[in-house]
Amino acid sequence: MRLDEIAGMLSCETLSAADHEVDVEAVVASDGMSEILAFSRPHALMLTGLTNVQSVRTAVVADVSAIVYVRDKRPDQKVLDLARQNGIPILLTSLGMFDSCGILYEAGLDGVM
Amino acid sequence: MPEELLSRSFTLHSHDFDKAGETSTEIKGMLKELGIDSQVIRRVVVVCFEAEMNVVMYADEGTLTFVLTDEDIGIEIADRGPGIADLDRALEEGWSTATDEMREMGFGFGMGLPNIRRNSDTFDLRSEVGVGTTVTSRIRLDGVD
Repeated sequence: MRLDEIAGMLSCETLSAADHEVDVEAVVASDGMSEILAFSRPHALMLTGLTNVQSVRTAVVADVSAIVYVRDKRPDQKVLDLARQNGIPILLTSLGMFDSCGILYEAGLDGVM
Repeated sequence: MPEELLSRSFTLHSHDFDKAGETSTEIKGMLKELGIDSQVIRRVVVVCFEAEMNVVMYADEGTLTFVLTDEDIGIEIADRGPGIADLDRALEEGWSTATDEMREMGFGFGMGLPNIRRNSDTFDLRSEVGVGTTVTSRIRLDGVD
């Protein structure tokens, strides 16, 4: 599924230059970065409520396609700068984790853990 | 004997949460340039990143030594710090001595050392309470997770 389709379903705001052609194969959702490192697979979409620098570093290490920050939690500029440097698209949704996951699951995406 | 192709050593600083992960990102870039298989890179970088976070969260200072041979990648993370009293428990998923502050950073859920072990082809953990901890990981270049 393309990232722009997901952005539409979750009514996302784009915070960092998103390549909407990016293809998403699955979803990894957690506020625990080690959980994401343990179970994510390349090209998964990362959903999290953690908006610090480590969320972007985790995304880079785990090779995820993009990050969606849930519950309207907005990262600061240094987080967005780091995401831009590493080519990680950043989206923001006002939906909570549960609702976001539910919508993506209904749309046919699988979780990775 | 495997032929050593590249060796680098990095100093890891304690309590610097914003910088934690910089070394792993640098290693990832280096391995990509060398054309190493992406699955191998991913395993190496998860090991390095978890180890960096452990040093940042628990130790006073640490050193990450990285050695690439024609057969594998060796990573040794040696820290000076409190050490680990019960190594078996430290390797159990979900067991952690992390503080709330560490958990707010997204780490400290008892997955760090298990993640390092999971991504290693050979793994060794040694620790002395009050002195420090050394984690050694080897990841074969031809292996997959």
